[in-house]
Amino acid sequence: MNYRHMLAGAAIAGLMAPAAWAERGSDGQVNILYWQAISIMNPFLSNGTKDIEAGSLVLEPLARFNETGVLVPYLAEDIPTLENGGISEDLTSITWTLKEGLLWSDGTPVTAADAVFTWQYCTHPEGGCAQAPNFGGVSNVEAVDERTIRITFDGPKPYPYGPLVGGQSPVLQAAQFEGCLGANAPTCTEANTMPIGTGPFVVTDFRANDVVLLEANPNFRDPDKPAFQTVVLKGGGDPASAARSVLETGEFDYAWNAQVEPEILTQMAAAGRGEVLSSFGTLVERIHVNQTDPDPSLGEGMRSTAAHPHPFLTDPDVVKALSLAIDREILVETGYGAAGQVTCNLVPAPDFNASPNNDWCKTQDMEEAKRLLDEAGWVPGSDGIREKDGRRLSILYQTSTNSVRQGAQALIKQWWEELGVETELRNIDAAVFFGADPGSPDTLQKFYADVEMYANNFDGTDPEKYLGDWICDQAPRPETQWQGGNTSRFCSEEFDALLAKLGSTAGQEARSAIAIELNDMIVNSTSFIPLIHRGRVSVKSNSLGGVLLNSWDSELWNAADWYRMQ
Amino acid sequence: MFAYTLRRLLFAIPTLLVISFIIFALLDLSPGDPTANLPLTIPAEVREQIRISLGLGEPFHIRYLLWLQQFFVNEPLNILERMTGWTIGDSANRMRVISWQTRSPVVDIIAERMPQTLWVVGMSYVVGILIAVPIGVLQAYKQYSIFDQVGTFVSMIGYSVPTFFTGLVLIVIFSVQLGWLPSIYDTNLEVNSLDTFWLQVKQMIMPVMVLALANASQIASYMRASMLDNLNQDYVRTARAKGMKEQTVVLVHVLRNSLIPVVTVIALGIPAIFSGAIITEQIFRVNGLGQLLITGIQGADLPLVQTLTFIFAFLIVAFNLIADLLYGMLDPRIRYE
Amino acid sequence: MSDAAMSVLDTTPPRSQWGDVWRQFRKHKGAMVGMVIFGLILFAVIFGPYLYTVDPQYIDVRARNAPPSWTHPMGTDNIGRDIFAQMLQGGRVSLAVGVTAMLLALFLGTLVGMLAGYFRRLDGILMRVTDLFLALPILPLLLVIIMLFRDTLRALFGPETGIFLLIVGIIGITSWMQTARIVRGDVLALKEREFVLAAKSIGTPARRIITRHILPNVLSPIMVSATLGVANAIITESALSFLGLGFPSDFPTWGRLLFDGANFMTLTPARVVWPGLAISLTVLSVNYIGYGLRDAMDPRIRGR
Repeated sequence: MNYRHMLAGAAIAGLMAPAAWAERGSDGQVNILYWQAISIMNPFLSNGTKDIEAGSLVLEPLARFNETGVLVPYLAEDIPTLENGGISEDLTSITWTLKEGLLWSDGTPVTAADAVFTWQYCTHPEGGCAQAPNFGGVSNVEAVDERTIRITFDGPKPYPYGPLVGGQSPVLQAAQFEGCLGANAPTCTEANTMPIGTGPFVVTDFRANDVVLLEANPNFRDPDKPAFQTVVLKGGGDPASAARSVLETGEFDYAWNAQVEPEILTQMAAAGRGEVLSSFGTLVERIHVNQTDPDPSLGEGMRSTAAHPHPFLTDPDVVKALSLAIDREILVETGYGAAGQVTCNLVPAPDFNASPNNDWCKTQDMEEAKRLLDEAGWVPGSDGIREKDGRRLSILYQTSTNSVRQGAQALIKQWWEELGVETELRNIDAAVFFGADPGSPDTLQKFYADVEMYANNFDGTDPEKYLGDWICDQAPRPETQWQGGNTSRFCSEEFDALLAKLGSTAGQEARSAIAIELNDMIVNSTSFIPLIHRGRVSVKSNSLGGVLLNSWDSELWNAADWYRMQ
Repeated sequence: MFAYTLRRLLFAIPTLLVISFIIFALLDLSPGDPTANLPLTIPAEVREQIRISLGLGEPFHIRYLLWLQQFFVNEPLNILERMTGWTIGDSANRMRVISWQTRSPVVDIIAERMPQTLWVVGMSYVVGILIAVPIGVLQAYKQYSIFDQVGTFVSMIGYSVPTFFTGLVLIVIFSVQLGWLPSIYDTNLEVNSLDTFWLQVKQMIMPVMVLALANASQIASYMRASMLDNLNQDYVRTARAKGMKEQTVVLVHVLRNSLIPVVTVIALGIPAIFSGAIITEQIFRVNGLGQLLITGIQGADLPLVQTLTFIFAFLIVAFNLIADLLYGMLDPRIRYE
Repeated sequence: MSDAAMSVLDTTPPRSQWGDVWRQFRKHKGAMVGMVIFGLILFAVIFGPYLYTVDPQYIDVRARNAPPSWTHPMGTDNIGRDIFAQMLQGGRVSLAVGVTAMLLALFLGTLVGMLAGYFRRLDGILMRVTDLFLALPILPLLLVIIMLFRDTLRALFGPETGIFLLIVGIIGITSWMQTARIVRGDVLALKEREFVLAAKSIGTPARRIITRHILPNVLSPIMVSATLGVANAIITESALSFLGLGFPSDFPTWGRLLFDGANFMTLTPARVVWPGLAISLTVLSVNYIGYGLRDAMDPRIRGR
């Protein structure tokens, strides 16, 4: 007897019903497992991706990205463009129209005023809204009429699909969140855990960091959906056991983010109960090369700052040799399997933004790497470690704790030592590494190491904001409390100028051309070693249909279309 | 004895205050950041705003005093209100201890987690003690017999193999291969019929056994050692010489005198029930207090960790006092003036 | 020393206390087996890496997840490192950490427990300190300790010794409390017993009473603490490396091998069987040595 069936109890009788998309709630229960448990259903106060994705079952934006990265209307009737007049000629405003007859799950109508309220809610200075960047540059949001929303920007906005688009910024119900503005935001427990939404499901029971129970929204706009009557969204544990519960024991239908070694997944999938899905967005696993000197003897406030350039990692030959010595194919094979591809770019996707110019790093070339170092005067010393003018090529290599990353570290260490570069490894607890506590020496931004490895991506398909992390001013330094996205401390006036140009260029082709040029500047600098274009990897059981894994939006973006296969 | 208890109780108040202050300072000093789990795409200014909205902008002593007020004044008032239905003062605007991660009152989350933790971790303790005491006694009574050797062997393996490993072995055998037991604990299960009771038993078996094995190994080892010390004492020989029944000698006199270290271990273990069993809870997704604590620490959820740790500290102080009083009952010669 | 002196010593063996203990210990079968096994493990980890010269950090990418064979007696891990070499190398660290940290915790625990149990004036304050240590949340404590001391220790003693001292120190100061409470409980009872009262009445100084009369009588729970302490320290070390607190990730230890191998249990069972076995055997042998010592030091048994 299968445990899942018992869990579902009587409801699962619907399993025997004919074609799944026939009617709402006909397919019983779906069990979804997130190994990072859900803390809150309101994405504006979320602690991470998992909360945003859970929220997407209930709350919806005007439009979402589909699995190919194309915008599709959700609450909106269609996508406003320059052509259809939805975007003003001077690029300073965008006008959305809501679908007709939309209802909140409590039966009240959705109006443009809800969208206006959502903007006020997230931009309130005391609210601590995590998604505030989505409303960056918005000067006003107004309700033209019941169904028309006009968003005005404080200047030309060539890419206006930030506010109220995508899983991060859905529309909240004004009536429910009225009393939750500003400093009151965190105290609205009821609203934050059981929001009233327009999505396919409604929260019926919420246990923070444990489990969320949902049922089909009786007022969902498509009368035949969702096929499932109830959803169990369980949390906790680790990625490997999450995958096991779908692929081997069959207790769950879907497990999020199964980032485990590929051979384990393959072995689990061999049980024949489910399959591994992967999908590629813009996530790149990379090594950032410190352009400043992290030597502790420089003292606090001086180490890892622009005042002291790195003694050897600013040498183009050294960094190119380090990059050439890495066999990225093997990193993919040992750590990522189907969820990884070799890449030499900072912006790997979508295709029109990916640079075709950097394929040199795709194959390992140890001989070339050694030749480069020899020619640059870095010759092996008595212990095999290369040195020049009394400087040894000795590197401290840090990353967060994660078995796949530690495997990659060990492999790269071996290649670098073969090259004659001494490498010391360090791994740091993720909560500290990705935290931004200025008191801790081990954060990503402080970068008290020579090189560090992590992954980063951008939301949506437009890379402007993401490339904007690489301007000189974004370098973390004591004056900024060690905050800033430019961890490598890359700095080039040429780059800053070109980025400014991107900010005033409209039209996708022209923007892509500039984005590719910016990407190439970084990839060919000494501050960045691209490794792997990583996909999302999740697992689903064979009996779950309609799943389209999406890397551009929430993974649960189309949960309304999920159904039980016969 | 009464005076001693009263003095200890009074002394416990400053002790707990000092402990709570040290815990708060430690948590404040430790390099965590409540925005660490947010995607890297969220810029620093926004993170700073989030931190300020959580109250991290206030100086250390203000935050500590605020917590003291929330925990020692507001929360008890709130509980009182709920029990009696009265309204005391401005109850709607009374600030409770709010978790940063979930934005809901910490005390409510703890209350929500209590059942599964008590069921699983508490039960494993009871099972552990029930297995360990008889085994330890028998092992000592028949020192170096086959039973003793096997018992030693099993308890040493049980203690030296960590729970993350035994848990996984059990899951692979009983959930994956045999398909008998669920590998994921269902915290929503309500026991209201024989069927649901059976489901509850099934989902508790593995986590309880994993924890019970580790607990039992430890208690049995102390039990055996302590029994051995006493079995060779003169009073045992005297009792036997007086013709007392062997059963009475061993189970009444020797056992009672051997319980002091065992009582200590158990008294240290009961508060630990409330700190949960972090690893076992994670493996089986029991999501009790241990999992709450660890997610709180990982998310640098200061109010949650502070409150949970303080409750834990309170229990430690309480149970150590109970252990001290028990010593006096087990061995009347012990005097605390 | 001359031959003559030797023969004198041989013919008239001084019946010292420790000589008696050793004679009795040798008669204890379990303890001797434990000694031999512990000795073998020690021998293997100390001299093994010189005999089996495969580099534990060398990655042979083509031989990933290999089953046991002549080239890799215990197989390889998922990136192609030889497990046997890692076991030998890892044992050095695990044993060193396990035994040193256990000794430190035992020393602290016994000292605190003894003082608190015997001297009533110290009892209150020492036990409240114990309560405090029991209550401190371990994880944040560890993070603070690394933040404060890692770089200092690294600068003073170099990366490896520095981290070793850090780990031993951390395990030591976070695991002495149980021993302290147990020792105190026993001492509270013992100090009211007739033989202690007798010693006191003839004016024996406290130091002498503690070392000669009380300590031998609380030895058995201390021995149990020691055995459990070794297992604890070996496992805790692996948890520390997991937090990024311990040795670098490519530096094998038994606990770490077991931890990393757990997910590969069904794919390459050798990865978990050997480290698990090594830890268990070490703990078992230490345990039997403890039994032997306890029996040998108990004058009531020694006579038999």
